[in-house]
Order: sequence, then structure tokens, then C-alpha cells
Amino acid sequence: MTGSFLKRNPSVPVVLGLLLLGTLAVAAMAASGGLSTSFVKTLGMTLCLALAALAMDLVWGYAGILSLGNIAFFALGGYMIGMWLMTARTEIIVAESLAGQAIPATPQEIRDAVGGQIFGVVGSADFPAIWAFSGSLPAQLALVVLVPSLLALVFGWLAFRSRVTGVYLSILTQAMTLALALYLFQNDAGLRGNNGLSGLQNLPGLSAVPQATVSLWFLWGSALALGLGYLLCAWVVSGKFGAILRGIRDNEARVRFLGYPVEGFKLAVFTLSAAITGIAGALYYPQAGIVNPAEMMPIASIYLAVWVAIGGRGRLYGAVIGAIAVSLISSFFTSGKLPDLDLGPVRLVWVDWWLVMLGFSFVLVTLLAPKGLGGLVDLWTQRRRPERHGADLGPDTGAFREKEAEA
Amino acid sequence: MNTLLEVSGVSVSFDGFRAINNLSFHMGAAELRAVIGPNGAGKTTFMDIVTGKTRPDKGTIRWGEKGISLLGLSEARIAREGVGRKFQKPTVFEDQTVRANLLVALRNRRGPFAALWWKPKPAELERVDALAETIGLAAHLDRKSGELSHGQKQWLEIGMLLAQEPKLLLVDEPAAGMTVAEREKTTAILVEAAKTRAVVVVEHDMEFVRRLNCRVTVLHEGSVLAEGSLDHVTSNKDVIDVYLGR
Repeated sequence: MTGSFLKRNPSVPVVLGLLLLGTLAVAAMAASGGLSTSFVKTLGMTLCLALAALAMDLVWGYAGILSLGNIAFFALGGYMIGMWLMTARTEIIVAESLAGQAIPATPQEIRDAVGGQIFGVVGSADFPAIWAFSGSLPAQLALVVLVPSLLALVFGWLAFRSRVTGVYLSILTQAMTLALALYLFQNDAGLRGNNGLSGLQNLPGLSAVPQATVSLWFLWGSALALGLGYLLCAWVVSGKFGAILRGIRDNEARVRFLGYPVEGFKLAVFTLSAAITGIAGALYYPQAGIVNPAEMMPIASIYLAVWVAIGGRGRLYGAVIGAIAVSLISSFFTSGKLPDLDLGPVRLVWVDWWLVMLGFSFVLVTLLAPKGLGGLVDLWTQRRRPERHGADLGPDTGAFREKEAEA
Repeated sequence: MNTLLEVSGVSVSFDGFRAINNLSFHMGAAELRAVIGPNGAGKTTFMDIVTGKTRPDKGTIRWGEKGISLLGLSEARIAREGVGRKFQKPTVFEDQTVRANLLVALRNRRGPFAALWWKPKPAELERVDALAETIGLAAHLDRKSGELSHGQKQWLEIGMLLAQEPKLLLVDEPAAGMTVAEREKTTAILVEAAKTRAVVVVEHDMEFVRRLNCRVTVLHEGSVLAEGSLDHVTSNKDVIDVYLGR
């Protein structure tokens, strides 16, 4: 809580330095043709996932709230930017095709034609009300932050004020995510149902720019967002706000009886986490090319938690390491490049068996090495564990365990 | 003597069990009081009611010069009004240093945004050093509080309460699990604290209460059985029957 920012956050220069070096190296390799465009995109997306994991660590690792709703904020961020990308690009295409007419098309005709193009797939031709701002990039960029934040604010206010904690809160957040996904699956929800928003990799007005270049822009953009996000999170958790968050995680009653409005703090951190996650989603989906409600299914929520757990919760670089390591290994195993393993009665198809392996490693990390991959850093910094004979650091369900703590 | 806390006619039941029965209790602004009573007499429930953790079924609680009602206020709000509470088990932020514990407890604005922009002022750091001196933890400021001994954690919690600058300190069994030397130190801290504020100590240990040398309230079955000096209450026949005689 005291001392300079760098003294409180020794990991910041290391993480930012490695991030810069890594991005430079990838950019250089891509420029010399050593890396495929799709792999550059995978790396850019991985950085976005790391940013989402960072935001997850903020609520789970520091405030003890195991939110399974963060993936909804991620997808919503993608939807918000996707609405602009689709509208703006379709507008250009429609304008081109109508340009040859003898009588120039009116703005209304263009708008109708764009609506027909976008919503024809769900049997409609009109823009739903929620697309009101889809023609404006600044408005949709603002919504990238506002929509997830507002959802978190309203949901959090309802949940925290009734003092729902622990597993019940996790279940509630999961229910919120699933409800949102099921709602968006409907065609009349206005976001093209299960088709979702597609073609997001094509930036409006930049069709002449090759995807190889666009992928590098997004790689740098994602790296910048992750770097700034890391700075922001480090600032938040290393001050008094962070001390109170950790207090809430380990011993909520003590914080309350010191006079702090616990609900206000939870709401603030949950909303901040949602805003960061929304931005991460808005950078991720233009690289993925498509966002649909399937992105919000429970498995995705679990993934976010698994990244943070495997990376080691309650330390920001843990979340980053966990997300990057697990998602890169995951894309390796699911790429189909690895030949299947024939073990006689069982045939190991890696695409299928990867999830089983991931599940096992999650269980193993939780049971045997709660500090996760981030704990490897301790070997080097010689961080010591407290001798507590197995006692947690607080009475609350989300409290740090002895093995996660530092003496 | 002006009244700081006035509890009158308070009752509360849990599933038909009357934990507090028409309890009345009042405290002056700078007073040390010991509350004793057998198990289940309602000592902890009494604290829960005053700090807002439990809502009473009936009765009133008036607070301060203006006599505002504490009923219906949240725990955090009551704490900000100036009621500090020490739990029976030492309750500190074990994953954080002694200094961080004290800094978090220091009286200042409690909102999330105030906490976000907070920077330690030299005066606050000095105050923390002074508090650490008072509770005998000056040498341990940079240690994680989870590593302290049981007694040291108890003192740290008392120190956190003092940092809050409460008008009323509710202390639940501070001497439990302490060595004789630690008890003496705890007594000294509490007696000193009571010079400028009201302190209520709930305690089982008669020797400890005797050393506090203060007015004693005996609770039994959720209401006040006797009140006065320790010698006065220990010679009271009802008290001997229900408590000391056991």
C-alpha cells in the first residue's frame, strides 16, 4: 500500500517488457513471412483472452467473487463492435452496387438495402431498435464499454445487496450468462440469432489492405490494450482499494465492521472488470471474424476461470501466463495437426481428448499447486509460504489458501 | 454524565429461543464496562444487535448526543457512526502486513473512489507507527499479520479499532487464549483506551475483569441481572446462584 508504484508492482516492467519484445518478435517474423496470417491472428486473440483473464483475476483472485458472467461481457463487447463493422461494410457494398443506377439511391433506400442484406438471414429486412447507433463508430465504441458495465452494475447491485456470496453467486452469474445466450439465440432478439455477426475480419473501407497487415494492426492493438489493462489493474490492486478487495475476499465481516461499504466495493470492481472484458471482446472478435451466442455457453465461462486458476489467482501475471499458455496449447491440440494416437482399444483423437487433459490439469493444479504456473516465478523470487498448518487466510469461501499465500 | 449508547427494552428471538429479553443498557461517553454472564446469556447477541448484525424484534437503541436510532442502519454505517467491534477470534487481514491492516483501519473516507485515489499521508504513517507502538507491534509492521502469534493478532485487531477512532469499542473476550503477561498488556491497552472513549468488554475470566477495575454488568438469559462494582455483583445472591455458583 505504501511506496512507489513500481515498488508495489515489481511485475509491471517485466510483463510490459516481455509483451513488447514478444510482439516485436512476432511482427518481425510475420513481416519476413515466417508466420502465417492465421497464426498472427491466433496470437492477437490470445492477448485479448489474457486481458479478459486479467479482469477475471480482478474479481476472483482479489475480491473472491468467482464470476462466471465475465464471458457474457466479453461477447457483448464483440457484438457491440460487430454491429458497426457489419453495418459500415454492408453500406459500402450496397452503395457500390446501387451506384450504377440511373436514378441515385436515396439514403432511405440504401438503409433498407443494408437492412435486407444483414437481416435477410433471419427473415427480416428492418434494423431492430438496438441497432440505432450501428452506423456510428464512436457510439458503438462507447457501447463496447457501456453495455457490459451497465449489465454488471445492475446485476451486481441486485446480487451483492442481497448478500449472495460464494457458490450461489457463481451459479447466479452463470445463470445470467446462459439466459443472455438463450435470449440472443432467438432471431427476434435482433442480433441475428444463432448466425451471430460475421465477416468481422473485413474492416470497412479497408478492403484493399491485405489481412496479413490487418492482423498485425490487431496484434499491436491487443498488445497495447493488454499493457494498459495490466497497468490499470496493477494500480487498482496495489493501493488501498486493493487492500480492501483482498480484505473482502478473506474476511468480509471485518471490512464491513471497519465501516467500508462492502457492496459498493464489489460493485465497483465487478463493473470495472466488465468494462475491461468488454474491450477485450471488442478486440478479439474482429480477429476471430464471427461472434454468436454459442460463445457464451457455460464451457466458455469455465475456460476463463480455468485460465486464471492454472495461472494462479490473486497475482496479475498469473492470469496473463495462464490464459496465454492454456489457450496456445489448446489451439495446438485442437488444430488437427497432431496425428491421432492409436493405443489399441482406445484411439486418442487430440481434438476430443484435449478437453479431458485440460480438465485433469485443472483438478491437479487446484489440488496440488494452487499457485499455478505463476507460482514458478516464486522459485526465482524466493517467495516464502506462511506456516499455517493448512489454515486458510480467512473464514470466507473465497479466502486465500495457505498454499496461495506469501509470508 | 452524558449518555453515548442507550439500549432500552430490546428483545430478540431465534426460532422461538429468546436470546435477548427486554434488555436495557446504557453507556457514558468515557467509561469502561465489563459484561459478564454464563454461556448463552446473550453477550455476543447483544454486540450483534448494537453493531447492526442482528435486528431486534423490538426495543430502541439511541446513539450519541443527538440520540439517533441505530436500528435499520447497516453494519458499515454503524461502524462509521463510531462503533468499533472486536471479534472473539482474532479477525485481521491475514494476507496483508501489519502496516496495511492499520492503514486500512485508519479513520478516513470509506467510499470505493476515495480508496482508489488514496495515498498515504505522512501524518497517517506516523499515526500507524504510534498505534503500533501502543499495541507493541512496532517491530512487526512489515510482517504479514497471518504470521503473528494469537496474542499479537488480538492486539492488532484492537489497534485497528483504535485506528478507526470509535466512540464506543465493543470487545469480545480479548484475553481468551492469552498468556498472563499478554493479559496484563491487554488490560493496560483497554484501560488506556477507555480514558477517551467508551469501552465494553465481554469476558468470562473473572481475574481479567478484576484487573480492569470497572463497573460490571451481569447478563443472564438475555437481560441484566445485576450491575455495579465487581465486589457488589459477586456478592449478589442471584448472581452467585446463576453464574458463580456453577
